[in-house]
Order: sequence, then structure tokens, then C-alpha cells
Amino acid sequence: MLNNPVVINSARFILLVLAQVLVFNHLNFFGYINPLVYVLFFYWYPIRENRAVFIIISFALGLMIDLFSDTLALHALVSATLAYVRPILMRFCFGANFDFQGFSFKNSTRLQRITFLFLLIIIQHLIFFSLEILSFSHILLILQKILFTSMATFILCVLLSSLFAIENE
Amino acid sequence: MQRIINFILNYRNAFLYVFLLLISLVFTVRSHSFHQSKFFNSSKWLTGSFYKTSNDITSYFELKQENNRLAQENERLRSQIFNATIEINRPDTLQVNYEVVNARITKNSYASPRNYLTIDRGKRAGITQDMGVITTKGILGIVENTSTNFATVQSILNTKSNINAKIKNTNYFGSLIWDAKNYDIVQLTDIPRLVPLTVGDTIVTGAMSSIFPENIPIGIIKNFNLNEAQSFYNIDIALFNDMANIKNIYIIKNKNRDEILNLEKRTIDAQ
Repeated sequence: MLNNPVVINSARFILLVLAQVLVFNHLNFFGYINPLVYVLFFYWYPIRENRAVFIIISFALGLMIDLFSDTLALHALVSATLAYVRPILMRFCFGANFDFQGFSFKNSTRLQRITFLFLLIIIQHLIFFSLEILSFSHILLILQKILFTSMATFILCVLLSSLFAIENE
Repeated sequence: MQRIINFILNYRNAFLYVFLLLISLVFTVRSHSFHQSKFFNSSKWLTGSFYKTSNDITSYFELKQENNRLAQENERLRSQIFNATIEINRPDTLQVNYEVVNARITKNSYASPRNYLTIDRGKRAGITQDMGVITTKGILGIVENTSTNFATVQSILNTKSNINAKIKNTNYFGSLIWDAKNYDIVQLTDIPRLVPLTVGDTIVTGAMSSIFPENIPIGIIKNFNLNEAQSFYNIDIALFNDMANIKNIYIIKNKNRDEILNLEKRTIDAQ
């Protein structure tokens, strides 16, 4: 049962939502840094799955987090976008290897995976914070939030992803 | 026709994405200028009970602090009663203007530009939209949405919040807003240039609102300067409340609110 991808991904979905809304939304490190760790869902999701299903699941993930944090449809928008651009990012990070049938995370280097995660986080934070405030007069505040929160998210995600690594190299 | 269908099928993911994107964009932009959505908010059963459960567990860690705070408030209220110069006649229930309900915060947020709190009282306790929410130290926000057992509160740390406030012991009033930068500092605008101000003056709620009673403390003036037009002040106010650390709150029902609103509406309609 533990090898069934549906079970694993549903468990990830629920645990990531809970971790985000019960723990990381209340960190308020330095008063405003709340890492958005649910980005790991996009990092961990299987590579060759139906794209439409993935986009819908991601939208649902974002909407759940929105419900809890009273940020109507912001996380949903970010999640759907991440799900949509994921294949493009993967092709960019893993190069031609990605197009082969046998490609999996195992035959990519650590640097490639970190770059992939980093790009996901940057896109996520760029969209989230610009739409959250949506005002040009707050541009410095937006940049500050993007910079520091994405740094915190990145460090946490690297730690979490090595803690819950699926298989050892 | 065949070609159109093929085209749509080929780009079905893109279409799906654009569709979802549009939905969420509409919701997001709408929530920036209008009220919070009636259906998607944390006062609902699922989210409300989740926060309640998690709060039941974590609230034990703050019991001591919270007890101290409430004891201090009792102390203050006691000394007010003992030192009252006029005889306080116990109000008849018919003459009461404001009713107070206590509640506890189950979810607090202060890092986002539009902060909402979730509390553990709802319609069953008689809570409805647009009731004022205060703590032992000062003003906190306004009730936005309610469900049977929970409610969400639009915090004063919300760029949509706009509350009537005045300088204590004067009648100069302005609007209290938040610039989304610091969670312990809010801004008071529309105070005219001729008003004498001093750093440290107390700001309280004004009498212009049908939501809050007059003279509820808000904070003290931290600094002030004139706006671009040189005619009004922009005042930074340090809040009395530590917005990061609040638990017990009071909800204020104004019994005359409906009457006031009706009257105002009739006046406008008559014009």
C-alpha cells in the first residue's frame, strides 16, 4: 500500500496542508516570515502523470490553504501556475534527459534538483506576494517579503526534502 | 469544426490552466476591494473546528500570561468602580445601549496585508456582521462573517479597515488605516493641520461610528508629519494591543445600530 502513488500523494496533500496552516502560517519569524512549504508538493509529485489531473489537484491544494488562511484564491492561483509551468522548468533544469522515457529523479544530480526547487520557490513567491499586496506604492515591501520569505522557504524545503527523501542515493 | 475540436484537445491543459487562473484572479482582485467572500472563509465548519481543536491544545501554554492580563483588567475596573464619583445606577436591560459577549481567538494572523482572525463564537451567541471587537487593552477589529459556531474578524491590521478615531479629550477625528508595514503601528489620517499634536497623545475611537462605543483606547502617537498637500497630518500610532499575542476578546453589540442605520438610510433616500 505504501508504494501506491495515489495513497502517497493523498497523504502528502493532507500533511502539507496541515503543516502549512497549523505550523508554518503561524511562525511569523521576524514578524512577517511565514515560509510557504507546500511548494514541496510540486517538487515531489510523480513526473509522468496526467497533466490535467495534476493542475486540478494543485488548484484544490491551494484552495484548501486559502480557506484556512483567509487569502481567497491566492494560493490556488499560485498552485495552478506552478503545476502548469512545472514541465517547462523540468526541461530547463534536467535538460534533454527529461524527454527520455526512463528518466527519474534518481538519475539527476543534486545541483539539478536544487535548481528545480529554487525556481519553483522563486516563481511561487513572486506571484504570491505581488498579488497579495497588489500595489505599486508597496514595491519595496513586496521585494523585501519575496527575498526573505523565499530564502526561509528554500532552506526549510531543502531540509524537509532531505529528511523525507524517498530513497537514499 | 474538426480542426477547432482538435485544437482545443491539443491545448486542453493550457485551456484548463487559463480557466482556473481567471477564476482565482477574479476572486483575488474582488477580495481586495470588496468584502471577504461569504462562502470561502475560515469561519466555516471545517476550518473553524480545525482551528478550535488546535487551539484547545496550544492554549494551555499561555494560560498563566492570559490569567495575569485578565486579573490586571479586573484590577483596573475595580479601581474605577471604587473611585467613581457619581453613583453608578445599575442599568435596566431596556436602557442598555451596548451588550458585551466574550470569545477567544482560535486563529490569529498579522503578517499579511489583509489579516483576518477567527473566533470561537458565532450566530448561536448572537454575533452578526459589523460588530466591534476589542481586547482588554484596546480595539481589535470588526466582525466580518459568521457561521453557527465561529466568526471571522477583520483586524485593524487590514488594508481594507477604516475606523473612525479621534484624539482623546478633543473632538478632532480622522480615519484609522494601516499601511501593511508594521504590525504594531497603524496610521491616522484626515486630522487637519491646525490641530495641536504632541508625541504621546492618546488616540481613542470616535463617536461617528455605530460599531464602537466612544473612547475605546487605540494607541499613542508615535510621530506625525504633514501630507503632500500640507493640509492634513499623517500620524503613526503605536497600538496598545500586542497584536501578536492576544487570546480573550470582547464583542460589542450596539443595540441602537439598526435604528441608526435605518434613520441614515431614510435621510439619504429622502434627498
